[in-house]
Amino acid sequence: MNWEPLLDALFDAGHQVNCSGDLLTGTAEVQGRTVAVVGTTNHAAIGIELALAQAGAVLSVVRGHPGRPIVLLVDTQGQRLRHRDELLGINRYMAHLGCCIELARRQHHAVIGLVYDQALSGGFITSGLIADACYALPEAEIRVMRLPAMARVTKIDEERLTELSKSNPVFAPGVENFVAMGGIRALWRGDLQAQLRIALENSPIVDQRSLDGAARGGRKLAAMVVERVVEA
Amino acid sequence: MNRSFAESTARERVAHLLDAKSFIEILGPGERVVSPHLALLGVPSSFDDGVVIGHGTLNGQLVFIAAQEGEFMGGGVGEVHGAKLVGLFKRALRDKPAAVIVLAESGGVRLHEANAGLIAVSEVMRALLDARAQGIPVIMLIGGANGCFGGMGLIARCADHVVMSDLGRLAMSGPEVIESSHGVEEYDSRDRALVWRTTGGKHRYLIGDCDQLVEDDVDAFRHAAIGLLGQSMSLSLLALEAEHDLLSDRLTRFGECRDALDVWRLLGVPDPSIVADLEASEMFVLKSLASGESV
Repeated sequence: MNWEPLLDALFDAGHQVNCSGDLLTGTAEVQGRTVAVVGTTNHAAIGIELALAQAGAVLSVVRGHPGRPIVLLVDTQGQRLRHRDELLGINRYMAHLGCCIELARRQHHAVIGLVYDQALSGGFITSGLIADACYALPEAEIRVMRLPAMARVTKIDEERLTELSKSNPVFAPGVENFVAMGGIRALWRGDLQAQLRIALENSPIVDQRSLDGAARGGRKLAAMVVERVVEA
Repeated sequence: MNRSFAESTARERVAHLLDAKSFIEILGPGERVVSPHLALLGVPSSFDDGVVIGHGTLNGQLVFIAAQEGEFMGGGVGEVHGAKLVGLFKRALRDKPAAVIVLAESGGVRLHEANAGLIAVSEVMRALLDARAQGIPVIMLIGGANGCFGGMGLIARCADHVVMSDLGRLAMSGPEVIESSHGVEEYDSRDRALVWRTTGGKHRYLIGDCDQLVEDDVDAFRHAAIGLLGQSMSLSLLALEAEHDLLSDRLTRFGECRDALDVWRLLGVPDPSIVADLEASEMFVLKSLASGESV
């Protein structure tokens, strides 16, 4: 979905969101309350400038508007694949964004992620995946790598991967797979406003994704392994 | 006697980094907690899923430790591997060790279980930051031959302290990935000198992404880690604003640079061409002389 109709569908009481390059920032109203909107569009490649700009937007919410909920709108093709980004330490810029979101959570801002278009690999880790909870639209695309590329890298037949992916959500692209593994809390269908409202009120502050993954049968071991390490 | 960190296995690193015979492994190979996904794909698995975790003492103080085995799937993070790391940080909340030390060697998310690995990386980040918020320092030691890339490069920069050797590499995307995406003119993955000066320990030290540079010697890493025990860095708004300013300044100062040599020159290194030949101790002097951002 394009970000403009998305905002209309999410916030019919009004929104003031600017698009500058690939960056979305602004505010919107939810049940008489102002929420901050921070996101990306155009399948943004997350380079050092864009990671820093998002971090700056989150920091300014924490600094200027204590407790204001933050909605992260995710549309990214992943981290930008350039020598210059690596030279200047893109992993540090992206980690900084993740730490800023973590800070917001600790300062009692609800932080909700929504994958409304696509979320690929590294660009997703330090945005939606580090929110209190991340949701997705059913038509969104989430993946680390397409199966043909995965087949080349892992040297496993693409046909075999395709066959196995029907019963195992662990490697193949798809929002449903991420729901099964607990990484996506739920898909939003129908009335997006109602679902946003519920998410802002009910998303867990403690990370319970491995428990969700176990309960849904998509990620059976992670929660058990964590538990065993803690109790060993 | 010098014991190469790069040439040691994860278990050897742990054994020699900690006080002698103090290491107690958690979920060791005997427990057979292996990746169910690799077996399904017909790929050999490992009884520790490529990461050794446990506790021991360092200079007499209780520490938690994790060491990734780069020889197994490039240290890639899968479901079990990631959950072991998450569990270690959660356990640290209870036992309050003097540090959680991570010997990071990983290409990032393990593609064979890509979705689980991607989620796990973000779970590790959250668990790590929880430990930091409780004042437990997290120390990254990077000196393995496979470097520290992808999701693990993100995790590394969430820690309080990063220590590297000259042989260690820290970055996000590997040179091969960038070359295949934008061509050899963008990033020649076979130009070893270029790759080294873009991702290697010396560049990360000079630019400030690693706090200490040590020789490729397990004992040198040990002494660096001892010096960092109990030293927790704040994650407050003030601290993150300072980080933000540092990263903004870096963009302003070095945004036009096309090569690490240009960065080093701007940092005040008189003759960047000699950096490749310097010892770690000489690098300390060089950095003190240079007007680096975190000197």
